[in-house]
Parts: sequence; C-alpha cells; structure tokens
Amino acid sequence: MQTQTARVAALQGDEAVAEAVRQCDVDVVAAYPITPQTIIVEKLAEFVADGRFRGEFVPVESEHSAMSACVGAAATGARVFTATSSQGLAYMHEMLYNVAGMRFPIVMAVANRALSAPLVLNADHGDMMASRDCGWIQFYAENVEEIYDRTIQLFKLSEDPRVMLPSTINFEGFILSHDKERVRLLGDEPIKKFLGRPKPKHRIDPDYPLTFGAIATPDTYYEFRVQQTEAMKNALHVLDEVEMEFESFSGRRYGVVDAYNTDSADVVMVINGSAGGTMRATARALNAAGERVGVLAIKLYRPFPAEQIVSNLAHARAVITMDRSLSPGAPSGPISEDVKSAMQLAGLNKPVLSVVYGIGGRDLSTDDGKNIFGMAKEGSAFGTSTVMYGVKV
Amino acid sequence: MSWKQLEEGAVVKGGTSASYIVSGWRVEKPVINEAKCTNCLICWIYCPEPAIVRHEGGKVTIDYDHCKGCGICETECPPKAITMVREP
Repeated sequence: MQTQTARVAALQGDEAVAEAVRQCDVDVVAAYPITPQTIIVEKLAEFVADGRFRGEFVPVESEHSAMSACVGAAATGARVFTATSSQGLAYMHEMLYNVAGMRFPIVMAVANRALSAPLVLNADHGDMMASRDCGWIQFYAENVEEIYDRTIQLFKLSEDPRVMLPSTINFEGFILSHDKERVRLLGDEPIKKFLGRPKPKHRIDPDYPLTFGAIATPDTYYEFRVQQTEAMKNALHVLDEVEMEFESFSGRRYGVVDAYNTDSADVVMVINGSAGGTMRATARALNAAGERVGVLAIKLYRPFPAEQIVSNLAHARAVITMDRSLSPGAPSGPISEDVKSAMQLAGLNKPVLSVVYGIGGRDLSTDDGKNIFGMAKEGSAFGTSTVMYGVKV
Repeated sequence: MSWKQLEEGAVVKGGTSASYIVSGWRVEKPVINEAKCTNCLICWIYCPEPAIVRHEGGKVTIDYDHCKGCGICETECPPKAITMVREP
C-alpha cells in the first residue's frame, strides 16, 4: 500500500497531539494548562507565536471557561480543540454535558491523571471514568503514533452529520504524554483533504438568531438524550468508514478493539490504555512457554463495542478484566462492569476475574502480568471481590 | 413527539421568550404613580426582565405580560412612585 509519511519524528504524546491539531486546520483552541497535559497547550501557543498555526488560541482562566469558550466557538461552526487532565476535566464536567447536548463536535485530548485527594500527578483513568456518562465519544490510545492518528480521525468522526458528538482521545499522563516515541507523521495536505471543513447544520448568525440547547420539559428531555444514544450507535459504523479512508493514505488502522490470540486462548484479559502492549508482551512470553492466553485491548470505550468484545471472548474458558480506575463501593471497575454486562446480554456465562491496577501511576510490569494470568490459572480468585492488584497490605 | 422529529441539539429560533406570557406567575403587580415618577429610569435598569417599557421622552410603563411580580422596582424606586398591589 502506498502511504504518505511526510517525515519520521521522535515525539512525546503531548507533542504528537499538538502537531496533529496544527495539521487539522483547527480554528479555535481554548485551553488551560494542567500537568501532564501542559505540553500540548505550550506547543500550540508556540505554533501560534511562530506563525505555524493559523487558529485562534484563547488563553482562559480555568477549564470551566476553556470549555465554555469552546462552546461559543463551536456554535459559530468553527473547528474547535481543547486539552485537559484530572482536576481540569473534573472542573469542566458541567460543560461536557452541555457540549454533548448541543451536539458540538469538539475534540479534546485528555492526558489521564488520577484525581485528588491526596494530590498526585500520575496516571490512572479515574478522571475520564468520572465523566464517562457525559455523552462524549471516548478513545484510549496505547502508543504515541496512535494518539497522533486518533486525534486526526476524531475531527472527521465527530463532525460527521450522522454523529455530531464531541470526542476525546485518552492517554495516560507521563506514561504516554511525556514518553518520546517514533511517530510517522503524515503530510499537511492529505490530512486537509481527508478532513475537509466542518459543515454544521446550524451556526450562530446575527441575521438569523438561534438558541442552542433550549429549555426542555419532561415531555421532550428524554427524547433529546435518546438522540445522543442513537448518534453513539451511528459513531460505531461511521468510525469504520473514517478508519478505512484514513488507512488509504496513512496505511494505519486500529479498529475498536485489538485482539491478540483471543481465538485459541483459555484465558483472555480485557484491558485498555498503554498497559495493553505490556500485557500483550506478557501473553506472548507465556504462550511461548506453552500457556494459552490472549489479550483484548479496548480502543473505543464509548460507544462501547459490545459485539466486538463479546465475539473475542466466545472461545475463552475465563476472562480477566483490568481497570485502571477505582470506584469505591462499586462491585468492580467500570470496564469490568461493562464487559460483564455485555457478556450477560449475549448469553455468555464464564468466570470473570475483576482486577484493579495501576492506580495513581503505579506501574504494571510484564511480571505483574504473569502474576495476574497466574491468578486466573489457579482459579481461586474467581467469584471473590475485585482484586486490588499490587496494593501494599 | 418522537426523538426522530426533534431538532438535534435543541436548536430553536431565537427570541421566542418574547411570545411567552408570564403574567400568571405574579401574586402582586407593580403600579406606577405618575404624579410621583421622575422618569429617572432606575426601575428600567433594575428590572431583571424587560418588563419596564421606556417610551419617547423617558416615560415608563409596565409590560404586564412579562412582569413576574418580583417587586425589585418598588424597592429601588427613589421617589417611591411604585407600589406592589395584590392581584385580584
């Protein structure tokens, strides 16, 4: 396949996002710096100062204002981007629902970081999971090139008239945001051609005043929310088209899940984010030693690709779910609950080992992966409560 | 109405609240004593709704279709020209 890699660069995850946004012909960026996302905002400000980015950069006083400014910009039909993390995402929470409700295709990068207190700068998925139900499309990346590619794809997916929902690319703070990796950058021109320009049905016009997100009653609110769930369903199919077109000039395609050896594994581990690669390496080593394990990495979390997940669990004897977020008092983590409910709906009754790991940036090594697969082999951990893997007792 | 028929994003034509009558919300209505009124326009500034109508020459009247009866105009009026009167 003929691909159009313009150049190869060593980029941090944050830098890759900034480069993608520069190439995506974004009109407005309103953002507030927060570790570990700051590099994105800094880089974009630098691009503006150097005349390499024609978009408007709005330095706001908070994340609530950042998303509010994005709403105003999106209402004019502009292509809009922002980035945040942890407390910043929590501070945006109210506005996230407004963006989804007004159906603005805003794209946001989230360098995942655990929430305070106690204050911590390192990664877990707790920030995005706390905003899980906000009506935004949610992707999780595994490496820097994927962050770059997805950022570009998100504009196309969000702006599709069948979707018109905001979207996020999630990647763990420091682990991916600050990790320098090899990225095959694409040319400005093919990206421009791929994306085109946003064509919203409605936009603010002084000559024809409109109200966005007008007041609803118990008679209509439910229906507006159902419109969002229908758009989410559409996003699954539209993503397929977007990925196919993206592949035609980049040679790269990700899908909604990445399945390794799920067809012939006794135990399949379901995971998302950067640890997917680590667990795949673990599984390869275990399989080389005669075990039969597989890894299913979830790339797209909302809409939840239940069908693709269940079909990859059909052959396994048992399932391990891995959650990098902790919901105190919940029966298990959000990924575990979603996987189990998808299995139940599909009539798949298998033992599931729910594991919480990597909280507040705690590392997950291949040795840890071996331990967790080992727990599933013993079988004694099944049927008990969620395993808090690696916690000091 | 089916979810398929509603305009996505709850987008509606602007300025529709002008056609919405809120007079039924009131318990008391403001009444202006024209003899005391100095046309200072303090009520016009303070009214949270556009319910004080300013006429040519500074004269003010009340738009009872959009007055919710909050009484701020009575409180703020310097010459005490506005009185809240119980609605029948």
